[in-house]
Amino acid sequence: MTAYRQHIPLFWWLRQWSYLVFVLRELSSVFVAWFVVYLLMLVSAIGDGTYADFQAWSGHGWVLVLNVVALAFLLLHAVTWFALAPRAMVVPHVPPWVVLVAHYLAWIVLSAGVAWVVLLR
Amino acid sequence: MAQFHNVVIVGGGGAGLRAAVAVAEANPLLSVAIVSKVYPMRSHTVSAEGGAAAVIAEDDSLDEHAYDTVSGGDWLVEQDAVEAFVQEAPRELLRLEHQGCPWSRKPDGHIAVRAFGGMKKKRTWFAADKTGFHLLHTLFQSALSYPDIVRYDEWFVTKLLVDDGRVHGVVAIELATGRIETIIANAVIVCSGGCGRVFPFTTNANIKTGDGMALAYQAGAPLKDMEFVQYHPTGLPFTGILITEATRAEGGWLLNKDGYRYLQDYDLGKPTPEPVLRSMELGPRDRLSQAFMHEHAKGRTIETPYGPIVHLDLRHLGASVIDSKLPFVRELCSKYQNIDPVKELIPVRPVVHYMMGGIHTDIDGATPLEGLYAAGEVACVSINGANRLGSNSLPELLVFGARAGKAAAEYVQSLQTGPRSVVYKQGDDEERRLRHELGRHDDGTERIADIRTEMQSTMEEGAGIYRDGNSLEKAAVKLHELRERFERAAIDDHSSTFNTEIVAMLELSCMLDVAQSIVACALQRTESRGAHQRTDHPMRDDEKFLAHSLVHRQPDGSGRVGYLPVTITRWPPGERVYGR
Amino acid sequence: MSTITMEVTRYRPGEDSEPTVQSYEVPLRKEWAVLDGLNHIKDHLDGTLSYRWSCRMGICGSCGMTVNGRPVLSCASFLVDYAPGPVRVEPLRNFPVIRDLVVDISDFMEKLPRVKPWLIADPPEEGEFLQTPEEMDEYKKYSMCINCMLCYSACPVYALEPEFLGPAAIALGQRYNLDSRDHGAEDRRDVLASAEGAWACTFVGECSTACPKGVDPAGAIQRYKLTAAVAAMKDFLMPRGARR
Ligand SMILES: Cc1cc2nc3c(=O)[nH]c(=O)nc-3n(C[C@H](O)[C@H](O)[C@H](O)COP(=O)(O)OP(=O)(O)OC[C@H]3O[C@@H](n4cnc5c(N)ncnc54)[C@H](O)[C@@H]3O)c2cc1C
Ligand code: SF4
Ligand code: FES
Repeated sequence: MTAYRQHIPLFWWLRQWSYLVFVLRELSSVFVAWFVVYLLMLVSAIGDGTYADFQAWSGHGWVLVLNVVALAFLLLHAVTWFALAPRAMVVPHVPPWVVLVAHYLAWIVLSAGVAWVVLLR
Repeated sequence: MAQFHNVVIVGGGGAGLRAAVAVAEANPLLSVAIVSKVYPMRSHTVSAEGGAAAVIAEDDSLDEHAYDTVSGGDWLVEQDAVEAFVQEAPRELLRLEHQGCPWSRKPDGHIAVRAFGGMKKKRTWFAADKTGFHLLHTLFQSALSYPDIVRYDEWFVTKLLVDDGRVHGVVAIELATGRIETIIANAVIVCSGGCGRVFPFTTNANIKTGDGMALAYQAGAPLKDMEFVQYHPTGLPFTGILITEATRAEGGWLLNKDGYRYLQDYDLGKPTPEPVLRSMELGPRDRLSQAFMHEHAKGRTIETPYGPIVHLDLRHLGASVIDSKLPFVRELCSKYQNIDPVKELIPVRPVVHYMMGGIHTDIDGATPLEGLYAAGEVACVSINGANRLGSNSLPELLVFGARAGKAAAEYVQSLQTGPRSVVYKQGDDEERRLRHELGRHDDGTERIADIRTEMQSTMEEGAGIYRDGNSLEKAAVKLHELRERFERAAIDDHSSTFNTEIVAMLELSCMLDVAQSIVACALQRTESRGAHQRTDHPMRDDEKFLAHSLVHRQPDGSGRVGYLPVTITRWPPGERVYGR
Repeated sequence: MSTITMEVTRYRPGEDSEPTVQSYEVPLRKEWAVLDGLNHIKDHLDGTLSYRWSCRMGICGSCGMTVNGRPVLSCASFLVDYAPGPVRVEPLRNFPVIRDLVVDISDFMEKLPRVKPWLIADPPEEGEFLQTPEEMDEYKKYSMCINCMLCYSACPVYALEPEFLGPAAIALGQRYNLDSRDHGAEDRRDVLASAEGAWACTFVGECSTACPKGVDPAGAIQRYKLTAAVAAMKDFLMPRGARR
């Protein structure tokens, strides 16, 4: 039997919105990795006492742009991740939207905690 | 090079899968194979909706199930087979439960049962209204846990190999490649399902073309009670899609064009708001379909582009009953008819549904031809007699599938000798014939689809719900002519890869055989009984016809009909009483 | 009578080196599904067209095709919904094409038994397992799969990584895991929680959109990931030998 293998067109991911989101999400992992590196650099800068240099470097235009783009991808990652939560966590007698809202609440509370540590202390 | 298995099963539907597992359990050393023209889970068992009958309720008894079945079949029923059937059915359905079948439950977790047509007690197990789907997938998936069962998926069986009065295997084509193979076997179990596609308007899937009946018939085994074709009273008008009897069991009403519950005029009882067992809409299918014909004659049906209809009214059941017990009905109505049964009337008309007749077998699925067994809709034991009760067929597949599997396993163990070389030669001859079929016909003048359409309308006109000597004679002549024209039929497709046209041609050849056997049996039976209603002989005649028709194929395709007495154990023939 | 054009992908091995498109004019009738159009072609215009179908009521799972770019059951998609046309009919994507609209699904048939889609349990000595309607609801929708392969056709992960077990197979494994009668979750874990199992899924969600039977395979997979993660965590904290 000589079955025909259908090839995948180069721009298959433009066929559908959900495919595009899928590709962007896959891509977001690169930026997640970048954020981790950035964070490690920050910690090491504080350790070495070179925080001021780090701050100056972070102010460079390209670093700023990179970080804004990375933030966008991280948000995409987080939001789509949360959107899955109700499907993954099926809690008896709790409607799915409650699970979703609980996740966002937890996010806000944690972020507020971090903000408090960074900004007010 | 031929393949070899101890037991080959033709068909992977409910009966075939059950038989395969029965062989494997009877003797794990035997090699067993399922050959099926579609993947097993695509078999037509998948579309059964309403349920499967077996006694489990406290207030029910095996005797009552047996009596309902015997009287429902208008006494043309093997009573010893029915006794075995009602006894083994609960065990088989429980077995499925143990394999994971999601039977609908009562709130306390026990199996729930519903009412069904012609049954005096509630005894029909159901999985919402997708019973056949769950049953088939459970059987198929649990059969996957027997890795030794060999499967030939999408292989089409074209011939049974017979030598010295014994069956020695089959010849089959692998559809994907066109490979033709002789598959030698010590025993063959035919489980290939029914033949609704012989008629133009049917609930049956495209694959239900009576292949197994024709294969056995051509191999010399007789067919039994072929004149008994069941019309289901409620099919959707254009597609023929079934609206299950469970709609009426849950309380649905049949209304004529004046909104009148017309069944009360046909000795089926008095209308009550709540459904009453063995009464009105819960009468047997033959009587309900016949009542429709009378309403039509009185001008009280509604004309549509797809023929006359009446209405099935479920509105008073409410959305919650419909969604929990009949969700598939709602889905089918909205998809295929663009209506919502919660708010609207469903147009319905009688539609060819089930074949009571089939390959003649004994209580263990054995045919008169040594080494050949049959089970399921293709077989005729007969527990269904002149009219099958709804929900008796699914348990029948299991009970007699298992019995045939066990009997075949025992039979092959007792065998001393293998096939002689002539069997291989028959296989080669069949291969040559198939290659020829594929290549010839180039200059043929007839189209397969045209012959098929004409055969179907011939059957509807000549051998429909009501028939007479005249209409049947005409049908016989026409079928003979179609058989001749079939020899000149052309095919466009000469490819050996997934050639669905050659399949259509082989199926048509089978259907012509089946059609001729139906007409032959119907002509000879000059009485009316169950689903066989002769306007020229309107009475039941137990004197002459309390007997099964047995038809043998003659070389020219016509049938020679004889009779076989009915086994009566405990229920002497009586009047069929419904609603009184 | 009005008509509609059907543009059907043809591929005949041996004759064609790659698929071509052939156009046919078929009657446009209110009741006609795409499948009825194909049957009209086969019966009256061109007997060489090959495709699978059987039940024509959306339950046997044979007739999946790509219609106007979407995977659908051709017996449950109607020509009028594509009017004025043309209607593009192609084979299901992500599968090898055997011929015309017939694809090779043997990959799925080989994967299915790996998830052990059968009840693993010792049946009660007498009578049935008890199972309340609520317990049944836990797995009911995952038991509705008709193996139509639309979800595989919609899944980009399966397209890029053919090793992926795929939506329907995982959902069927989950169907038994979530059945209150079953005790086989542990037996299925090696396969379901492998790299080709649930973890390969990145939740595109198109499988659930494509599914004609409301199975929600994407949800089943997500749920399984959580279960698998918790189980792995337990194993880590309490190695197998130490338990029980
Ligand atoms: C719409 C519908 C609803 C129904 N509802 C109910 C119900 O609620 N309750 C009830 O009891 N009964 C019901 N019935 C009847 C019942 O479903 C059937 O009688 C039963 O499923 C037949 O099963 P089977 O195993 O005999 O054949 P099938 O399931 O039809 O299987 C036949 C098998 O044979 C194979 N085959 C056929 N020919 C060949 C060949 N030439 N070569 C190779 N393989 C071949 C096919 O591939 C298939 O695997 C219903 C029937 C219909 C049509
Ligand atoms: S999960 Fe849905 S789309 Fe996938 S095979 Fe099953 S029924 Fe088809
Ligand atoms: S033909 Fe059975 S699902 Fe479409």
